[in-house]
Amino acid sequence: MIDQIQMQVLDNKSSVPELEQMARQIRRDIIDMIYTAKAGHPGGSLSAADILTALYFRIMRIDPKNPKWEDRDRFILSKGHACPVWYATLANRRYFDRAHLKTLRKLNSILQGHADMKKTPGVDMTVGSLGQGFSAGIGMALAARYLKKGFHVWVMIGDGEMQEGAIWEAAMSGAKWKLDNLTAVLDKNGLQNDTFIEKVMPIEPVADKWRAFGWRVIEIDGHNMTQIVDALELVLTIKGVPTIIIANTVKGKGVSFMENQPEWHGKAPNAEQYRQAMQELGGVAQ
Amino acid sequence: MTIHPSRYHHLLPEVVQMLDAPDFFTRAKSIATRFSYAEAVLELAEHNPRIVVLDADVSKSINTNKFADKYPDREFNFGIAEQNMMAAAAGMATTGLIPFASLYAVFASMRALDQVRNSIHYPHLNVKIAASHSGITPGPDGVTHQAQEDLSIMRSLATSTVIATADGPSTKLATYAAADWDGPVYLSFTRDPVPVLFDMNYPFQIGKMVTLRDGADATIIANRDIVAHALVAAEKLAQEGLDIRVIDCHTVKPLDVDVILQAARETGAIVTAENNIIFGGLGSAIAETLVENYPIPMQRIGVQDTFAESGPYLQVIDKYGLTSPHIIKAVRQVIARKK
Repeated sequence: MIDQIQMQVLDNKSSVPELEQMARQIRRDIIDMIYTAKAGHPGGSLSAADILTALYFRIMRIDPKNPKWEDRDRFILSKGHACPVWYATLANRRYFDRAHLKTLRKLNSILQGHADMKKTPGVDMTVGSLGQGFSAGIGMALAARYLKKGFHVWVMIGDGEMQEGAIWEAAMSGAKWKLDNLTAVLDKNGLQNDTFIEKVMPIEPVADKWRAFGWRVIEIDGHNMTQIVDALELVLTIKGVPTIIIANTVKGKGVSFMENQPEWHGKAPNAEQYRQAMQELGGVAQ
Repeated sequence: MTIHPSRYHHLLPEVVQMLDAPDFFTRAKSIATRFSYAEAVLELAEHNPRIVVLDADVSKSINTNKFADKYPDREFNFGIAEQNMMAAAAGMATTGLIPFASLYAVFASMRALDQVRNSIHYPHLNVKIAASHSGITPGPDGVTHQAQEDLSIMRSLATSTVIATADGPSTKLATYAAADWDGPVYLSFTRDPVPVLFDMNYPFQIGKMVTLRDGADATIIANRDIVAHALVAAEKLAQEGLDIRVIDCHTVKPLDVDVILQAARETGAIVTAENNIIFGGLGSAIAETLVENYPIPMQRIGVQDTFAESGPYLQVIDKYGLTSPHIIKAVRQVIARKK
């Protein structure tokens, strides 16, 4: 049983060009989902797309046919409002049928407005209230150590989310317990709901803060697939200290008129914008 | 005097004999139920490796430091960071562990409420919230540490299970039951010692009330530390010739509706008595049930629309209207309203 799973995992070592192609597909799905739902959070979904692609199609030891496999690696999207990127990734990874993507935020859907672990196969933690997914990841990593399980816990947090006090409670605890089986990935896109983070409540110097809290810091370009893959593979070799990958990203990445525009935090494109976005992402409006 | 032991059930015989003593609360063997919880979770851990304890810098106060000493790899002290601890408990529960998160009730039910709601109750994760200093049981500590709203708040969460046991043995039994219960459970404990009323044969079952005294003239439904005061009140009223039923409603939710309605039909008047604000706790739960099913005269004993203050535990709860003289007055009033 385990051998079979390991084989499936090995079968999925996508190459960088394959990952880049998949990330474009996932971006198209995000736009399509949010356009269909007429609501959702495109900006922070698009900024995270490359990283989720690399995790699910190259790095994580997972079995989409057995989403509750006890020894699987975990992923938690602590910035839960960006769940369209999670849903699109899981659908493309065949956790569930792509047809569900059209049901985002609709009544009776398995795809809630913020992710629900009891409704969506592959969602490892219910998220949405900012700051909590990171702490849940701390709990999972501690549990893995106590249960002597080798799985790795990946948590993506947002840079706006860093304003939550609980993030720093969790940061202290990750360092206290030297959780090298947990990695935080910061989707540092510089924007939050109201406007630029710098205007609302500055968080810099981000890297220094994490270092001061006892974390190893790796900074990358969060849209350079080679850098992403290298960093994700590197952290798996680091022992005795938790790591945060600070991924410098562009909110709305891939859709020109959404990039770095605060207004695209949480709204759906109209028909014309949808057509243009799909075209820019190499797809066709449906 | 006129004590009728046969009217009482499940109480220790020496407790029944003492109920009319003016110094009952100082004479009765007493224990703070937080310590009974700590004993119980230590015992549970021996047989169930899935049980772990999370602390928030109050392990010396709750006695879970003994768990930490015995099982250093199964106790996690998160420091003064209850929000992180509660969401981490949720994460642990996703792996099949049974985390007992031990902290003070104000922080469990208020500071970390968002985590308790969104990360624990919404996904129905198997976290046990072990909350000491519940209600106004920390007398001297003052208002910031008196969780007079915790039962109301916890009761309002969808799918929650909320327990407030009367004494040490029933607290141990509740802790065992919580470990076997599928899903989140809120267990609330007293900071101060309260009389030991029962032994380990107490028929504790989550969601099942226990009748402690038979009675036909009215019923007092109480929980946690006020059960003892309800028993004292009933005994005083018995000496006036009134026959008062006393029920331990240790589970505020899910509520044992059948027993409430039976008491309503058979005794025609109900007084609820709790160490919790009168909004949304035991009294509200019983009132909702009666209004919808069998309206009868009813009165609520509990903290009124006020914050309390520092002081010795028994003096504080007396000043804020939770002790037997207040209960007796309320019982007389509901009985008068029956006519």
